[in-house]
Amino acid sequence: MKLALHDTPNLSLNPKTSLWKQTQKARVAFLYLLPSILLFSVFIFYPMFKTIYLSFFLTDQQGEAALFVGLDNYQDLLTSQSFHKSIKATLLFVLYTVPAGIIIALFLALMANEKLRGIGFFRVIYSSTMGISVAASSVVWLFLFHPSTGMFNRVLNLFGIAEIQWLLDPDWALFSVSVSTIWLNLGFSFLIILGGLQNIDEHLYESARIDGASYWYQLRRITIPMLSPTLFFIITISLINSFQTFGQIDILTKGGPSESTNLIVYSIYKDAFINYQFGTASAQAVVLFICVLLLTILQFKLGEKKVHYQ
Amino acid sequence: MNIRNKLLLYLLLFFSAFLLFFPILYAFMISFMSSDEILHGKFFPAAFHLENYLKVFDRLPLLKYLLNSFIVSTSVMIGQLIVCSMAAYAFVFIQFKGRNFIFFLFISTMMIPWEATMIPNFITILKLDWFNTYQGLTFPFFAAAFGTFLLRQNFLTIPKELHEASQIAGLNTVQFFIKVVLPVSKTSLVTLGVYSFLSTWNQYLWPLLVTTNDSVRTVQIGLKQLQTQETATDWGVVMAGVIVVIIPTLLLLFLGQKQLQKGLTQGALK
Repeated sequence: MKLALHDTPNLSLNPKTSLWKQTQKARVAFLYLLPSILLFSVFIFYPMFKTIYLSFFLTDQQGEAALFVGLDNYQDLLTSQSFHKSIKATLLFVLYTVPAGIIIALFLALMANEKLRGIGFFRVIYSSTMGISVAASSVVWLFLFHPSTGMFNRVLNLFGIAEIQWLLDPDWALFSVSVSTIWLNLGFSFLIILGGLQNIDEHLYESARIDGASYWYQLRRITIPMLSPTLFFIITISLINSFQTFGQIDILTKGGPSESTNLIVYSIYKDAFINYQFGTASAQAVVLFICVLLLTILQFKLGEKKVHYQ
Repeated sequence: MNIRNKLLLYLLLFFSAFLLFFPILYAFMISFMSSDEILHGKFFPAAFHLENYLKVFDRLPLLKYLLNSFIVSTSVMIGQLIVCSMAAYAFVFIQFKGRNFIFFLFISTMMIPWEATMIPNFITILKLDWFNTYQGLTFPFFAAAFGTFLLRQNFLTIPKELHEASQIAGLNTVQFFIKVVLPVSKTSLVTLGVYSFLSTWNQYLWPLLVTTNDSVRTVQIGLKQLQTQETATDWGVVMAGVIVVIIPTLLLLFLGQKQLQKGLTQGALK
């Protein structure tokens, strides 16, 4: 039908083609959207449904669904010690990295937003970690955390404090990984917050200064409220990012010691690509998806009320 | 600001910059040290020997990895610019039924963590016979909701009159898109370009999954290899590798920092 219409030369004279004409814009739009729609379908929508589907099956070595087991995979997760640990580690990791990361980035951005000579240099330095890959940064931190030659233990030695097994002690490993992650993500958060600060209307500050408002008053009453959309954005992004952490874990701890840093994405990776348990891995992936979805919705619900748009 | 406050601020600025940049500075110093110096916990190398750099290129096909990373990152950058700008154009300049719904569908993909879909994607790549190929490394990332959104926000600021004028001048949609919309949006195209290049260069998990040999492997996986290859890690060589890997992206970031900051916040917030 459509193909036949394609060949009709004089569209405007044929009343039957009015629908064809009506939808002309939609068809043009569709052509422009086609590459995106195709790629999203193949690499996002289809695999999302496939993941949900696989989570109800036991799979064979090729990752094909072999035996329908209903909710068994989920039941296994609920009763699995290892999964409990993974969830706990993930939540703790989010708690360690997100608030601290944003507060430090905000502090740096506030300083770098002052109009001073040579401030461009500091802006470049503060955003520099954005240009550093997770693999490179993890390798560097692996050395800093090294039990004997690492810098941290050398500094502790200087002060006569007992050495810490940063990555080998289950009580310290997650903390150590978090520190390196905060550092790695600072550049991006800094850049976004600085951009937000620079978007604030100068006039607001001028009138406040005329009224004799102190720096802290301006910060509380102008900067933070006007910055709230930016902060809201960066909090959402940071939360989602921290749920997706993988590279640091793979290089620094491999999920250990005694699973204390087995964050959810690493756990999925291990189950799927090392143990070939695609079914339980998919069930975990669904849990990850639900977590991120809930977080995003919650953020928007809470954020809408608190955020002040210009 | 009075002098005292200014001085204090500079002090804080310098101190934070030092702390923040310390790991990189330290890695840089170590990349010039002999194993003996590293063992003794020196901060400054006795001399700037390039031995570790020669060794790292010897130990890994690092040039090949760099080239691979460059090819992959550039392809994703170009692919994203084309695919995202086309989609953004449709959302801004073409009125059609269901536009809001499709836009919502695009945005919703941002809520699907990529890691939650990696298992079927991995299987797809195997089935397409794209394992260990550039296609496998790049194709899944050509479409991006973030990029589409960023460009859409920018296209929205193009005055409607420009569209009307171009129609009067007899430009069709494709001509208007290529000759008018893209040139006036150069800034946000550069932002997206820098951003997609950086994030692809720094990718870790996906290249780890879909490459097993040196022909397409990226530098990030090279770093992992470098660090795990030997039992007693030769840190000087490893750090030389780190410096080689981060230099291209650091340069790109230093050049594009202002651009990136402006472009990203615009896209994110307006």
